[in-house]
Amino acid sequence: MIRKYFPLIWGALMRKKTRTLFTLLSLSAAFLLIGLLQAVNSVLSGGADFLGANRMITQAKISFTQPLPMRLLPQIESIPGVEHVGHSQFFGGVYQDPKNFFPQFAVNPQRLFDTYPEWVMPEAQKRAFISTQDGAIAGRALADKFGWKVGDIIPLDSFIWTQRDGSRTWQWRLVGIFEGRDQEWSDRANLMYLNYGQFDEGRSERARGLAGVFVVRVKNPLDSERIAAEIDKKFENSADETKTQSEQEFQLGFLKQLGDIGFIVNAISGAVFFTILILTGYTMSQAVRERIPELAVLKCLGFTDRTVLALVLAESFLLCFIGALFGMIIATLVIGSLPPEYPVKADSSVWLFALLTTIFLAIVVGLPPALRAMRLKIVDALAGR
Amino acid sequence: MSTATQIYEIVLMNLKSIPQRMGASLVIVIGIAGVVGVLIAMLSMSTGLNKTLSATGDPNRAIILRGGSNGELSSFLDRSANTLIKQDPAIARHTDQLPFASGELIVVTEVPRKGQSSGANVSLRGIEPKGFDIRPELKILQGRKFKPGLRELMVGAGAYKQFDGLQIGSKLKFRGSYWVVVGVFETKDAHDSELWADLDTVQSAFGRTGVSSVVVKLNYSDALEDLKRRLTSNPQLNVEVKTEQEYFSSQSSGLTNQIGFLTNIVAYIMAFGALFGALNTMYSAVSSRTAEIGTLRALGFGNAPVVASVMAEAMALSLLGGLLGSAIAYFVFNGYSVSTLGGGFTQVAFNFAVTPSLVLKGLSWALAIGFLGGLAPAVRAARLPVTAALRGG
Repeated sequence: MIRKYFPLIWGALMRKKTRTLFTLLSLSAAFLLIGLLQAVNSVLSGGADFLGANRMITQAKISFTQPLPMRLLPQIESIPGVEHVGHSQFFGGVYQDPKNFFPQFAVNPQRLFDTYPEWVMPEAQKRAFISTQDGAIAGRALADKFGWKVGDIIPLDSFIWTQRDGSRTWQWRLVGIFEGRDQEWSDRANLMYLNYGQFDEGRSERARGLAGVFVVRVKNPLDSERIAAEIDKKFENSADETKTQSEQEFQLGFLKQLGDIGFIVNAISGAVFFTILILTGYTMSQAVRERIPELAVLKCLGFTDRTVLALVLAESFLLCFIGALFGMIIATLVIGSLPPEYPVKADSSVWLFALLTTIFLAIVVGLPPALRAMRLKIVDALAGR
Repeated sequence: MSTATQIYEIVLMNLKSIPQRMGASLVIVIGIAGVVGVLIAMLSMSTGLNKTLSATGDPNRAIILRGGSNGELSSFLDRSANTLIKQDPAIARHTDQLPFASGELIVVTEVPRKGQSSGANVSLRGIEPKGFDIRPELKILQGRKFKPGLRELMVGAGAYKQFDGLQIGSKLKFRGSYWVVVGVFETKDAHDSELWADLDTVQSAFGRTGVSSVVVKLNYSDALEDLKRRLTSNPQLNVEVKTEQEYFSSQSSGLTNQIGFLTNIVAYIMAFGALFGALNTMYSAVSSRTAEIGTLRALGFGNAPVVASVMAEAMALSLLGGLLGSAIAYFVFNGYSVSTLGGGFTQVAFNFAVTPSLVLKGLSWALAIGFLGGLAPAVRAARLPVTAALRGG
């Protein structure tokens, strides 16, 4: 069936190669945009949940920029079902030039290894990080970028933390380089961990003992929702109220700060879709109008009205499908080449959205000329009336 | 007929016959309107943001931050520095002989966005009483000022619109205690996205002793240089002195650059797609007029007039599309208010602004697409042999 009719449909598309090419190009551009915009949209609207979350972040309810005091740590640790608790303070250091931005966190080394088993490094380097007061470890990607070797001294100017003498420059000794346990984690290894020891000792008296946020690893992911509620309950109505959420949701929170761009994204997608609908619709109807005598000949040869309808619709589908596929492939390549800091992914939901859009477009664009072709009266069409 | 007359006649005839080719013409108009509409909508976002951020700050006011800090949020000045800075003679004094200066503390709070559960970071600014006197642009839209010593808040007009639960009388819970909203203020700049309260109250509630910045009103025109020289050379202080304008524009440059970059990418892709759409429709418009063009050529019209007529049609339709797109963008987006992450990791609320210069930019894009889309079909029409054209291509 398909093999029988395909050459006919293909022939119709190839009848005016330039026109088909131009239509395909504009369709591809439209779907490139739709793919990119929807990928952004799906990240922002994607409600992360506790499903499968075995790691949670406890931040100050008021804002994650407000550090929580260290004294909460044993209290969190004592909650049944909590396996490990780590703490992490954003350091805000600048290496040589503000353009070289990468994140650094002051952590307790042993607690880091317990809460993030995804980072792998030699046992000797782990021990060195634990026992070196001014030690630091860097991700492989970061170390390669700056050409760091174990043993290097790395000066960082913090725009947040000053030392007691008022200086902002902190020196860290690189004692290890870690990698991710798989490709996904290795791609993310562009951050640095600093030993909390020197950090806490060095900063001013009144800032001491502040932990930052807590990283809570639970034994059973199914318990995480209960544990989150229990942690927050524990500190309710105190000066240090907490908000505990899954790590994924915590990270999404940063993106959501960008604002309510869903409306803007949807408005633009809508405008793109409407524009492409009009452009392609016109081209399709034009293509069918030119072929009216040919369609009449087909009917003379015994093609039924339905077959002619199906032929024109199939042509519209093929056109939209090729254009959309091409655009989506480019969109996926573009998204794939983004640096790992941008968690935008062209996942199955984006492709599904594109597919549904393509089908809708093909029907809206193809149906009017297809109906027209179906209703053709052979005599009138051949006479050119 | 001279070429000029020929061009005039044929262009006029062509433009007059556009309504007969309604379908094709509408397609070009709508295609271009889509591109221009999206372009203007996106650019109006960065223009609006720029407008809000660059409106912040009076050149006669200076802001003093800790040396090396990259914003108010990461700056810290202790109580003694706050007092010391205010004594500088470059700072204007009020009739009560107190300096026009306000030590201000910024802390970040989370407030739910309208219709969402996840919070957005909003700055809570603790100000001293003189903070109102040094900002004469501040207007109280509803309610009253907060009373010193009480946990009372004033909310900026932008924050009031963007976030939930900021009506007068509503209570917000920060660090285990309740704060009451007592007023709504407007400054028409970045402060509109903030919550304001009394400095001492904020300090005690958040367990802080110092301030993030000191904002001062300058006494005379060159006062900034004197202030800067004295404060930075004072061994008791480690500070940076900037005019308020300088500070706020440095805070926003990264953000506006990013938005501008994204806007351009979307616009370029969109224009690329529309260009081929325009090419298609212009080709078919030309091909439906092949016999007509052949006749004109047989009558003695030259190549230039034929090219001109096709181009004129393409440009006229594009212009129309550009105007339509601008109008849609204006009615849908102008004044639409959003908030996004600004400098210092907190929200800045702003309105989309569709300005005349954006409309001009949109129209020039429309004409450019029309020109490119019309050129090839026009040349093709002019090159077609007369005999072939008369037979209808």
